[in-house]
Amino acid sequence: MRYVPVIYAEGLTKYYGEFLAVDHVSFQVFKGECFGFLGPNGAGKTTVMKIIQCISPKSSGVLTVKDMDVEEHPREIKRILGVVPQENNLDPDFTVFKNLLVYARYFDLPGGEAKRRASELLKFVQLEDKKDVVIENLSGGMKRRLLLARALINEPEILVLDEPTTGLDPQARHLIWEKIRSLKREGVTIILTTHYMEEASQLCDRLVIMDLGNIIVEGKPQELVREYIGSEVVEVEGPPEAMACIIESGEVFMEFGGKLHVFSRDPERLASELIPKCKSGRITVRQATLEDVFLKLTGKVLRD
Amino acid sequence: MGFRDYFKMPDVSYRVWKVWLRNWDVFMKTIKVNFIPPFLEPILYLAAMGFGLGSYLGDVEGISYPKFIAPALISISMMNSSFFECTYGSFVRMYYQKTFDAIVATPLNIDEVILGEILWGSTKSVFNASIILLVVSIFQLVKLPEALLIIPLSFLVGVVFASIGMCFTAAAPNIDSFNYPTFLFITPMFLFSGTFFPISILPKTLRDLSFVALPLTHAVHISRSLTLGRMGADYLPSLIWLFTVGTTLTILSINLMKRRLIT
Repeated sequence: MRYVPVIYAEGLTKYYGEFLAVDHVSFQVFKGECFGFLGPNGAGKTTVMKIIQCISPKSSGVLTVKDMDVEEHPREIKRILGVVPQENNLDPDFTVFKNLLVYARYFDLPGGEAKRRASELLKFVQLEDKKDVVIENLSGGMKRRLLLARALINEPEILVLDEPTTGLDPQARHLIWEKIRSLKREGVTIILTTHYMEEASQLCDRLVIMDLGNIIVEGKPQELVREYIGSEVVEVEGPPEAMACIIESGEVFMEFGGKLHVFSRDPERLASELIPKCKSGRITVRQATLEDVFLKLTGKVLRD
Repeated sequence: MGFRDYFKMPDVSYRVWKVWLRNWDVFMKTIKVNFIPPFLEPILYLAAMGFGLGSYLGDVEGISYPKFIAPALISISMMNSSFFECTYGSFVRMYYQKTFDAIVATPLNIDEVILGEILWGSTKSVFNASIILLVVSIFQLVKLPEALLIIPLSFLVGVVFASIGMCFTAAAPNIDSFNYPTFLFITPMFLFSGTFFPISILPKTLRDLSFVALPLTHAVHISRSLTLGRMGADYLPSLIWLFTVGTTLTILSINLMKRRLIT
């Protein structure tokens, strides 16, 4: 892959009144990659998306999309962008098919072309048989898929997905993931926000972790986990005596949800040492995830 | 926001038309039902007030009472259709349906969305006024073909009330807040704009106030001249008044909406 930056942010800052929502963030998204923004609610992810979409003006800093400044070329940028918003804004006054046709019109697509693309896209998101159904009769997962189809009506070069699977059941989520992967294979640049670490590690080539308007860390999902945590995490749960022997052992740990999470370079050895010492506690070894990276760097959990 | 920011020239293109078309498509889904209210309402008013109450009245300013109120009924429907379209209708699309959010993610901007909405509200005014004109023509209460000029007039009056409505929509914290402009502004206008009695019988201060501040007074004034076939220059000031207020408030409402929606 050639590293051509399609989105470039430098010192990007956004205030809502007095409230600092995005605090001097810098990042680059390359052509054809899936780039993630992982973080809890209120981290500033959606605000960054809104600035990229040219619907919320930045307070300071630089943001360009394909070398076009968001303030100077909003129409040109929006023409090559496809957006799946966090909040469903499908048109409840129309059927599934008509939603796509009306949206195509906003992009100046001629009627015949719009119909052809709308039919193709309904097939792609597996909603052909819902063509004439009104929006309120769709399930949550179907609405999300239709939002995805709508975002693709202008054949976008860049796809912005703001929490594409929040609130969906696992089956609906996997279907969306499958579609996102197939779009990536077609060479669409994808920007995605999520607070599901699994989603980020499954889909993203690179990602940034955001908290309180700042980018805390940037990298490839597996590399971040390896660098900050290691391969596995030892979890210790139990009475104060059990907890105490971790504290004595001098290992790096975080306390959360009544459990101690021990980030050890050698979890197997640690666990085998701990089991005889702390008989009263429950000790488990599990794979390290991005969630642990977040926990270690911020002292908080991703989901509240 | 300084004073000048409220009257900044909107950035609009041909894309306004796409917003209008979106609303037109929704309207056409229920076109048969849409004819019923503007068709029935004037018949009810004419029956009760024109022919019922009117039978106790002599001529008003030399014309029969049904003929006197016919242009008022048309003007009232211009006001109601455009004002309510751009208050309740636009608020639902903006706040509950998030239609505006969906549109501004495309090459359209918020200026075009709001202007499209105002032009749509004005179109509703034309639609309703035309149907009522047909009804009162059947009752032979208007002079044709002069009264046909009501149709272009209804667009201008529509712009005025649509943009007034849009200013309220930009300021409305929730949908119930539209009760205030309805009862404090629309209802008094419905009664005191020369609609059911001539404003010449009002005290001079109120009469002047009615001309300076109430758009419906101007709409009724011109409409009545047209339905009576009095083609004169005396309604020119009213036309200028409507045009000036319509364009000013359209620009103002777009800027108010931008302040509300762009954060």
